[in-house]
This record gives sequence, C-alpha cells and structure tokens, in this order.
Amino acid sequence: MKSLTFPRGIHPSEKKNTAHKPVVKLSPAVGELLTFPMSQHIGAPAEPIVNVGDRVLLGQKLGDSAQPLSSPVHSSVSGVVKSITQTLTPTGITCQAVIVENDGEDNAVGNFAILDSGDQSILADDGQTPDRDKVLQLIREAGVVGLGGAGFPTHIKLNPPKEKAIDTIIVNASECEPYLTTDHRAMLDETERLISGLKIILSLFPGAKGLIGVETNKADAIEKLLKVARNESDITIVPLKPKYPQGAEKQLIYTLTKREVPSGGLPADIGCIVDNVDTVIAIERAVHRRRPLIRRVITVDGGAAKNPGNYEVRLGTSYSSLIEHSGGFVTPPCKLISGGPMMGVAMFTLDVPVTKTSSAILCFTDKEAYLPPEKNCVRCGRCVDHCPARLMPLELNQYVIAGEMDEFVAHNGKDCIECGSCSYVCPSKRHLAQSIRAARRQALAAPRK
Amino acid sequence: MQSNSSNAIAENRYLVTSTPHIRDNSTIKKLMFDVIAALCPAALAGIYYFGWRAAALIILSIAACVGFEYLFNKCARREQTIADLSAVVTGLLLSFNLPPTAPFWMPFVGAFVAIVIVKQLFGGLGQNFMNPALGARAFLMAAYTPLMASNWLSAAPLGIDAVTSSTPLTLIKEDASYMLNNSDILNALIGNTAGCIGETCAIALILGGAYLLIKKVISWHIPVTYIATVLILGLVIHRGGSGSIINAGLFEALSGGLMLGAFFMATDYASSPVTWLGRIIFGAGCGLLTVIIRNYGGYPEGVSYSILLLNLCVPLLDKYCAPRVFGTKRRAQA
Repeated sequence: MKSLTFPRGIHPSEKKNTAHKPVVKLSPAVGELLTFPMSQHIGAPAEPIVNVGDRVLLGQKLGDSAQPLSSPVHSSVSGVVKSITQTLTPTGITCQAVIVENDGEDNAVGNFAILDSGDQSILADDGQTPDRDKVLQLIREAGVVGLGGAGFPTHIKLNPPKEKAIDTIIVNASECEPYLTTDHRAMLDETERLISGLKIILSLFPGAKGLIGVETNKADAIEKLLKVARNESDITIVPLKPKYPQGAEKQLIYTLTKREVPSGGLPADIGCIVDNVDTVIAIERAVHRRRPLIRRVITVDGGAAKNPGNYEVRLGTSYSSLIEHSGGFVTPPCKLISGGPMMGVAMFTLDVPVTKTSSAILCFTDKEAYLPPEKNCVRCGRCVDHCPARLMPLELNQYVIAGEMDEFVAHNGKDCIECGSCSYVCPSKRHLAQSIRAARRQALAAPRK
Repeated sequence: MQSNSSNAIAENRYLVTSTPHIRDNSTIKKLMFDVIAALCPAALAGIYYFGWRAAALIILSIAACVGFEYLFNKCARREQTIADLSAVVTGLLLSFNLPPTAPFWMPFVGAFVAIVIVKQLFGGLGQNFMNPALGARAFLMAAYTPLMASNWLSAAPLGIDAVTSSTPLTLIKEDASYMLNNSDILNALIGNTAGCIGETCAIALILGGAYLLIKKVISWHIPVTYIATVLILGLVIHRGGSGSIINAGLFEALSGGLMLGAFFMATDYASSPVTWLGRIIFGAGCGLLTVIIRNYGGYPEGVSYSILLLNLCVPLLDKYCAPRVFGTKRRAQA
C-alpha cells in the first residue's frame, strides 16, 4: 500500500495486541462511586452546579463555566451527589470533583438517548442540518474536548479567528503509540459515525477538504473507511507509514499537506484543524444525537494485565474498578501508565477516575518497566537523526545539565514536541527527553522578555 | 532490574518515571561489539599477510588498552568501563596502525597515549576530541619515526619469507613516473602490499564497513564522501605515469590507510559531527587534506593527519551544520 510519512522519527515494536478484540462494555455497579473532575480539559475548570445530596440524571450537567475556554462536565450515571471534594486525576493534577453514587437506574435527562440499544427517536431536532452557531453550541454543551490526550475544548478549536482561512480538516487516525488500539476499534466499529462527524466539521468550513490519515498497520480500517466514504468527494482517506510520532499534530499536518506549523504557532495559522478519531465521533453524537460525552473506550494492556483488551467505561469510573472488572492482574505490576508507553503518565495509584482524555492503562511487569542506567553520551548522533522537530537533543541536554536556560531557549528547546524519540534511540540511555521536557516547561512558564 | 524489583516489592507501590517508558535495545556495548566484528576480517587479513608478529601486536594492543583503561578507572576512582568494549576497539585500531615490524613495547606506549591521555584525561568515553588510536599513531610517528615509517615488509602468506619493501604510496611519491598497472590495483584490493597491519586489505575493510552500514552503526555520509573525494581528486591529479586514469583514482582510494580511515577512524562517534551536513563536510574535508598531503606534503600518506585535523573542526561543524528546526527558517544556532 502506498503511504505517506514524515522525515525522522522512530518505529518501536507496535504491540497492537488488542486491535482485534471486540470492545467489552462495562457498567458501573449499583452503589459504586464515580468521580467527575471539573478540570478534564485545557482552560478554566468547570464550577460545580449541583449540590451534595442532589439526585442527578444520566447526562445531566454537573459543572460548567462562564469562561469561553472551558468545557462542561456531565454525569455518566444517575444517582446522588455524595460529595464535592478535591481529587487526583490520571495526569497527576489535583482539582475539584463531584462524586456521584450510582443508583443503577440509568435515568436519562430529557433529550439524551443514552444506551445504544435504547430509543433512538428522542432527537430534539427536526432532522434539518443545524446552523453553524447551533453546531458549535451543541458541541460545547456536550462537553466535547480533544480526546486524543490534549483536551482542548473542541468548540473553540472549530471556531478559529476569522482571519485564519481553514482549508483542511484532518482526522488524526494514525494511533502511532504502541499498545493503543481504541482509535482502530472506533474506525472499525463506528465508521459511519466518523464520516458523518467529519461532514459536520466540514459543513462549518465551506470549501475545506477532509483528510483522514491512517497508518497502514490498520489496513482493515482503511478498507472500511474507503468503502463508507466512497461517495464523499471532499473526504480522502490517506494511508500513512507506521512510524512514531506520526500522530503528533505537526508531523501529521506535514505528512498530509507538506506545510509546517510555524514555531510557536497553531495549525490554524496554516489553514489546518486536526481532530482525533474519538473526538470526531463525539461531535457526531453531540450534533446528530444530542448526546453528551459520558463514556469512552480504554485499552488495557501490558504484561501484568490479565485480560488485555478494549473496555468501554463510563467517565468517572475509577481505574482500579476498570482493572478489577477487566480481570485484574496476572502478576503484581511494577509500573502503571495512563496512556501510551512513549508519552503516557506513570501513575503511583489506580485511585483516579477515567477522564475524557484517558486512552489506556498499561500494566508493565518488572521486565517491561526496566530502564537501563544512564551512561556517557558517545555523540553517536542518533538523537539528532531521529528528532522529528529537527533539534539537537544531545546539546539541549548539556545546556539543561549546565543550567544554561538562555542557551536552551536560543537553540530552540521550546520547539521540542516531547515525543521521546531521542531517549528511545539513545544507546547510552541518556535522559534526553526527560531533561528537555523539564527545561521546556520551565521556559514556557517563564515570562517573556 | 534489581532497582525496579525493589520498587514493586511493597504492595501497591509503583515505579514512577518521566516518559518515555520504553527504550530500544541498543547499547554502547552492542555498538562496540559490531565494530569489533567488522574489524575482524581486516585483522585476519593482517595476520595472514604479516604473520605471527601481527597477531602478537594486535593482542598486545588490545591488552594494553584494556589494561590502561582498567588502571586509570581504578586510580581515578571512576566507574569501571572496560565492559563497554570501547577500549578493545581502540586497541584493535591502534594495532592496525602499527607496522608489522613494530617492537613489542610500542603498543604499550601507544595505548597509554590513546587511552590515558587522549580519552580518559578528557573525560572518558565520548569526551575525546580526537580519535584516540590516531592520536597515539601521531605521537608514535613523531617520537619513533624510523620505527614507524621505514621498516616495511612485503606481504607474504603468514609472513613467511617476507622481505623488506616499501609501501605503494611511498613508491609513487618517490618516483612520480611509476607506471600503475592493473596488478597494483588488485594487490591493493586484496592487501598484497606493504603497509600497516590492518590497513592493507581494502576488500576486508570494505566488507567490515558494509556490515557497519547495514547494522546502522555508522551512517554513509563520512565514508562515502571521504572515499569519493579521494577517488575523484585521484582521477583529476592522475598520478601513476601514463597508466589509465581509472587506475590512478582506484589506486588513491584503495592504497594506504584510506579504507581503514574512512570506515573506522573518521566515523569515531566522539570525534565526528552529529549532523548529516556536518558529516558530509567532514568527509570531504578529510578527503581533500589526504590528497593534499599525499601529493604535496612531506609524508607519502595523509589519512591520519587529515582525520585528526578535521577532528578539531567538529565543534564548529556541529554549530554551523545544525538542522533547520521544524517550523522555522533558520538553523538551531543562535
């Protein structure tokens, strides 16, 4: 299959063990406590709009904010608000959360047809295509944010400043991280929804083309997408060479359009908007079916997981409950990662809730988690050869070690995309990405001179 | 692995580190092992052509390099690094740069210069600003010129019946009208000429170099530009009397230490550039200097000095050949 790619990058063992297992739906137990962090997105945290003791319905808004850059949070079960408290999220931050005790009734609020087997006639609309403002409002009200991991509010992303002429809408279906297969499953199981979700976005940008970039290691998904989209003249399915970080926004845009997002800029600066597969499907659910974002599919994998697979869970379910329902561990895990092995976050506890941006729980054994000790840099240049941002990680690492922040910034340290390719290929196992990330965060947080 | 295990011993305690959580399986030791494997054909060829003395010098060089590395680490109370095999590589390369007639104390002097002075005093593995084996060779050339550059032996199976001879590059330097013929080229290719232990058999070195390229231990940029520059300038300058112009180019490329230098010396990680553009300039610069020294300098051969001189340019090459950063119009240096 002819496929496109970008220069540099790496190709770790794919380990897509769970791609061909059907998604298992898990339901929370009666009496189970679900935790809804008010900050699952980039921007202002939502404020709780319910009180302790309130009965809430499935799909009911628990929190919202008047700030433009924010996103509401909905209850994924019906039940009673037990408390409003601080909670830890999988990404390691602590924020306010609403805790709901599930009553198992799944009483849905008004317009939301929640169960897939449920009544599909509850459409609040007459079937006509809603106008632009209505679409954006529906997306906002459904709490849709970037589900690929960043959590950027989608209604803001789809409403760029007027002067930015958007001509390309890209669906990020590369799923280049090892182990992760949720996007692959979604493309197979919800192909029609993905295409109609993309058509909704395209309707917001008259004249724009839609591109779906899929790595060729998901050949069945490409085939199915081609079949479903065969009559869509403005949608193109583009096979991509399996390579990491193909799913990095800037690399994906470059691969598909040969345009480079300027340093410090956004995709909209070069006429592109990128949304992940799950996000596009969530847009379809929000606009066509008035459904809020209350569930998602999570890959559970790694040598310590008893039943690796994809599990659909309600948002707010705790990671420990998900692991338990999936069958638990075969051996005690050494490391637990929320997300993929290249960019996921290592967790010190499973006592965190599934959020909108959760994508995977990897349970690594001692052997899988083994990290070799750091040695002298031998200047082999592999980090330079593989850096997709075309930086010189070995030099940036030296600046960080020497505390030379000015040099770090002067040598474009802030253009690092934190993909970790440099650390992956380093034969001396140096902590390149780790040190550069730390310095980059510091540089980005510092006031501009 | 032990440190990780101890983290998981207490129940519900998990290892937390920064990303990425996986690494490829490359190690310094594996890279060095590949280099050693790639040097084996040339070592065998050296032993075949120059006999037991060559074998003894190779073994003594390796032993001396590993020994000095061990002793230095011991005295300086540094972590012991002999297991990474880099000292073995240095030892092999050092012996390859010795004439087969070298006295048996010479590898020890060379190893001291290579390991202690050039490598360890500058910080050890990866910190040397020039190739340790070439640094040692330059020292030995300067200190023991008669021993290093006059007693050449002709190649002979297992070194039996070898007679005093001169290297092809010396020959052509002294007699510019010397007419190159096809057998000169063939002898240079298979190593049937006088020269240092590991440099004469071009085909064995090319084989080893190809192995390193296939295993991606080295990139093509330095060896290809280096050899191509020497070959092309050889065609242009056309030494070798009225012989064919092709033979003149091939002779320059296959003679002396060029193959050894281009594949194994100039590609030394620590003392070569880290970007592709830097490597191309580095290789071309080495080639240009080699040809200049061979044709217009005082020595018949210029590979080692040209690499050493370009080694000194590496910081500059790294600075000015940095890649253009994604999303910008300029290279990374400020």
